[in-house]
Amino acid sequence: MAIPITYNVRNLRMRLGATVMTALGIALTVAIAIFIMALLAGLRQAFSSTGDPLNVMALRKGSDTELTSVIDRPTLPVIKFLSGVAKGRNNQPLASGEMIVLIVLPRKDGTGEVNVTVRGMSPIGFELRPDISLAEGRWFQPGQREVVVSRSVNERFAHARIGDKLHFGKGDWNVVGIFQSRRGSAFDSEIWGDVNLMATDFDRPIYNSILIRAVDKQAADALVKRMSDDQRLKLDGLHEADYYGKQTRSGAPIKFIGTVIAIIMAIGSCFAAMNTMYASVAFRSREIATLRILGFSRPSILTCFVLESLLISLLGAISAVMMMMPFNGLTTGTSNQATFSEVIFQMKITPDVIVSALMFAVVMGIIGGLAPAWHASRQSILSALRD
Amino acid sequence: MATSELMQETAVRTKVVEAIHISKIFSRDTFEVRALDDVSIDFYEGDFVALMGPSGSGKTSLLNMIAAIDRPTHGQMRVLGENIFAFNDQEAAQWRNRVIGYIFQTFNLIPVLTAAENVELPLLLTRLNKQQRREHVETALKLVGLGDRMTHLPKQLSGGQEQRVAIARAIVTDPKILLADEPTGDLDSHSATEVLEILKMLNEDFGKTIVMVTHDPHAASYAHVTRHLEKGMLLRL
Ligand SMILES: Nc1ncnc2c1ncn2[C@@H]1O[C@H](COP(=O)(O)OP(=O)(O)OP(=O)(O)O)[C@@H](O)[C@H]1O
Ligand SMILES: [Mg+2]
Repeated sequence: MAIPITYNVRNLRMRLGATVMTALGIALTVAIAIFIMALLAGLRQAFSSTGDPLNVMALRKGSDTELTSVIDRPTLPVIKFLSGVAKGRNNQPLASGEMIVLIVLPRKDGTGEVNVTVRGMSPIGFELRPDISLAEGRWFQPGQREVVVSRSVNERFAHARIGDKLHFGKGDWNVVGIFQSRRGSAFDSEIWGDVNLMATDFDRPIYNSILIRAVDKQAADALVKRMSDDQRLKLDGLHEADYYGKQTRSGAPIKFIGTVIAIIMAIGSCFAAMNTMYASVAFRSREIATLRILGFSRPSILTCFVLESLLISLLGAISAVMMMMPFNGLTTGTSNQATFSEVIFQMKITPDVIVSALMFAVVMGIIGGLAPAWHASRQSILSALRD
Repeated sequence: MATSELMQETAVRTKVVEAIHISKIFSRDTFEVRALDDVSIDFYEGDFVALMGPSGSGKTSLLNMIAAIDRPTHGQMRVLGENIFAFNDQEAAQWRNRVIGYIFQTFNLIPVLTAAENVELPLLLTRLNKQQRREHVETALKLVGLGDRMTHLPKQLSGGQEQRVAIARAIVTDPKILLADEPTGDLDSHSATEVLEILKMLNEDFGKTIVMVTHDPHAASYAHVTRHLEKGMLLRL
């Protein structure tokens, strides 16, 4: 059996100041890592849970985003009556020609103005998005200068309450309702209004995309193929879920900067842990020699001190998780590189994030502890006892 | 005890330690220190030997050889028939745990562990289960008169008590050989006597072979034989 862990715990308690300071350094690093991972997890969830499995999107051939895609208006009736398109209320084909405009809105907290996506659609667009429901007020009426805003837009931006007026295009638009998503969605960053009025306002008699609902999964696959293959349509068909899934890469800058910061901080924390452990080993060299004389081997001394370093880092990691838990579910925004507009999403401290944070700390603990523990296990019994 | 009587006895008793022409040279930057100079000595089962000599004469060095903590520059050592210098690190550690009990001048208890936990340490390397370990620890601590100090930390004990805990730790695995390096050097005379009485009891009642380094003639008087080292050389009896 190894040197008991109570030995480590009590030594850590005895050198409480050093233990707490070191753990705090690690906690800070882990907290940063959790913050970044929670941002990315939230972003990923917003995009990956957007898109109905039966929905198919049409973009202009070669366009990656709605913003750069232009589709002639007459294309809609063609697509509407393709076989496999589902019918909704009133036996209407479920197909919505949509248009995207970016408007600039001031943030409520006074931290500046950002681009917000306004989506023009017909009311069929509501039917195509069953994950989105009305939270307050009512949906916009076709032919009226009315918009509905997402709950997140309502919370984060000025002039986005029911009864407020948003000024864009050729005049004011009345905010008449607030919608919300079931589990986080790309639509959480949007404002919706009537597509025809918007087209007139912006002098753009086109659609940016067309969204249709297929009758079943096979029909959806067939529609994707059919639209892409038809030379006359000049369209790319794709599953709605795939389109939003790809936008997860808008988190790439966060991921990159976050990883760099986390690595730099981790190196610092490793050195801090190493320093603490070296001091501890020096302080206890006589004890270590005694343990060796009692029959404990070099490997068990090594394990003992690595474990002690690990305990410090785990202490730090657990504090970090507790420190960061209040941020779980916090709504935040970032700029989406693909659409040049603000994406609003919630930070998610998922079990995955916590496990990764703990692993991160474990790695720091082991790396920081290894050299001092090695030193402890290699030091000569003789010289330790003679000091 | 008369020398003739001792010699008669040694003829039938088992040889526990057999040091053969042991030399130890420490090289420092420019000069060499001959810590042990061609030392040959045998210890028999049940011996209680005092090792005396001036500071730097090699007493600790000799104990370290017997415990396989250090290796000689020249010479052989057989302990209970085994060639201990052939052991690798791991083997030496295991062997020490089983065969040697080591008692230090400065006690060397682990400050964060209680008396019982300190005594239990060597048992963690055995196959004994928790219950058995507990019993052994209790027995050892009772033997040194500290059955009521199990949960005390070293700093809550007097020097004499600390040394008794250290003795309990040294004997808890029931080793054949006890090596004590000035065990009373840091103690007042009353505590020293207590410790010496315990060593005597361990030798007489439990048959432990004891090699004790000491500067104190009173302590040496507890041993059957006193051997003297000087400048690394063993003086003739
Ligand atoms: N690890 C070492 N490195 C260098 N020299 C050493 C080492 N160990 C012992 N010596 C030297 O060897 C000689 C014998 O040392 P040792 O510790 O055996 O003496 P001792 O008889 O136990 O002395 P004391 O009564 O002071 O404890 C001394 O000169 C000492 O300085
Ligand atoms: Mg000495």
